[in-house]
Amino acid sequence: MSDIPADLRFAESHEWARLEADGTVTVGISDHAQEALGDVVFVELAEVGKVFAAGETAGVVESVKAASDIYSPVAGEVIAVNEELGSSPELLNTDPYGAWIFKLKPSSVDADLAKLLDAAAYKAAIGE
Amino acid sequence: MGQRTPLYDLHLALGAKMVDFGGWDMPLHYGSQVEEHHQVRRDCGVFDVSHMTVIDVTGLQAKEWLQYLLANDVDRLHGCGRALYSAMLNEHGGVVDDMIVYRTDTGYRLVVNAATRDQDMAWMQAQLGTYQAQLHERSELSMLAIQGPHARQKIAELVTQSRGTLIHQLKPFEGQADGDWFIARTGYTGEDGLEIVLPADQAPGFFNDLVGAGISPIGLGARDTLRLEAGMNLYGQDIHQDVSPLAANMAWSIAWEPAERRFIGRAALEAELAAGVQTKLVGLVLEERGVLRAHQVVRIANVGEGEITSGSFSPTLSKSIALARVPTATADRAEVEIRGKWYPVRVVKPTFVRHGKTLI
Repeated sequence: MSDIPADLRFAESHEWARLEADGTVTVGISDHAQEALGDVVFVELAEVGKVFAAGETAGVVESVKAASDIYSPVAGEVIAVNEELGSSPELLNTDPYGAWIFKLKPSSVDADLAKLLDAAAYKAAIGE
Repeated sequence: MGQRTPLYDLHLALGAKMVDFGGWDMPLHYGSQVEEHHQVRRDCGVFDVSHMTVIDVTGLQAKEWLQYLLANDVDRLHGCGRALYSAMLNEHGGVVDDMIVYRTDTGYRLVVNAATRDQDMAWMQAQLGTYQAQLHERSELSMLAIQGPHARQKIAELVTQSRGTLIHQLKPFEGQADGDWFIARTGYTGEDGLEIVLPADQAPGFFNDLVGAGISPIGLGARDTLRLEAGMNLYGQDIHQDVSPLAANMAWSIAWEPAERRFIGRAALEAELAAGVQTKLVGLVLEERGVLRAHQVVRIANVGEGEITSGSFSPTLSKSIALARVPTATADRAEVEIRGKWYPVRVVKPTFVRHGKTLI
C-alpha cells in the first residue's frame, strides 16, 4: 500500500499537484510512482519561465531501470524548479511528497484541478 | 505466469519486486537496487541464479566433443576443479551462447544462460553427431551466487567444516564437489565470491540461513549493474547469434592453438581476422548528468556511428556508463543521442570497476 495524502490531487500519469495558499501549484510524483520506478538517479528539470499546457511533457525522471516523462498536471508557467534534485535525485524515493519537482503559476487552476483525481479516486486508479 | 525457482516464495516473503527474466519470475530487487549493488561491492550478498541451466557432459569423447563445440579449449583445464569461460559459436562465428565450463571427476559441467536454454540444448544435441558424449540437464539442482569481498569468509563459517575448508582452498576459476554440493569460485559481478550448485530441496533452507546470518538478498537489477561495471557481456544484449567474439572483447577466450583444432566457427573467425574486424565493443562514460541506455545512437566524428548495447547508472561511479558497439577506428571521444540531444562521452576500456576499485 502506498502513501496517498488526502490534500493532494493526482494525475493518472502519477504526478501530484498541491494548490498553495498563494495560488501557485506545486508538482511532484506519487509514492506509487517512485515505488514503480525504483531508485531515481537523475531528474531532467524544466526551465523556469516555460509555459506548459495541462498534460504536456515537463521533464524526465530516470531511474536505474528506465526513463519516464513527467507531465504537467495543470496548465501554467514554471516559476521554480527544485534544484536540490540535481545533486540528490533519490529524494523522490525517500520523500515523494516533500521532494517537489516544479512550481507553476497556473492559468486555469480550478478547471484543471477539477479534472485531476482526488486521493480516493487515485487509490482506486492504482488498484489499491 | 513464468517458471519459478524453489526460492520463489522466499523472495516474496522478503519483499521482492518480481519481474519476468527469460521466462522466469525472478526478483528485480528487494527494496533498493542501488543499495544492493553497494552491498555486494563493499561486503557481500546472495543471488538466486537457479534459473541458469546446468548441463553435465559425460562419455568417452566428452573432451573431444567440447573441443569441437567451443571456441575455448577444454584441454587447457589441467585437472579436476579447473574452469574456463568460453563462447559457443555457430558456423558464421556468431555467439550461440557464452558459458563457464568446469572439469569434474566424471566429465564436464557447463553453466549456460537461462533465456537461451532451449536454443542451447537444440544446438548441442545437433552437434553431437557420432561423438560418444552424453548431455544431462540438471534441472533438479538450484544455484546460488554469493558475491562480494567478504563472501567466502562469511560462507565458510556457515557450512560444514569440509565445505568451509574447500571454500578457503579454492582459487579463482576453480570449482569442486563436496557431497551433493558443487562449490565454485566464480561469478558475474567483478568481485570475489562463490557460485554454489546444490539440490533444489536444500536451496530454500540454505538461502534462509544466509539471510538469517545477515547476508543481504540481491536482485537481478543489481546483478546487471554489477556485471556492467565489471565490463562483462550480457547474452542477448552485448552478444548474440550475429555478433562475433572478436567484436565483443572475447578474443582472449578463443584458443587458436593447436591450429589443427577445428572448432565450430573457426573458419569464419579466421576469415574475419584476415579481412579486418569492423567493429569493437567499448565502454562509454557520460560525464554530464543523464543515463545511457541500450539502443541509443553513438556518433564518432569522422569515423561513423555505433550503438549502445547495455547502458545504466553506475552506483559505484555515480555516473552513467555503457557498453557500445562502434567502428574499430573509434578513438577516445564520442557523442550519444539522448532524447534528441547529443552528449559527449569518453570512450574507455570496458572494465569500469573490479574488486571494488575504479579503473577508469
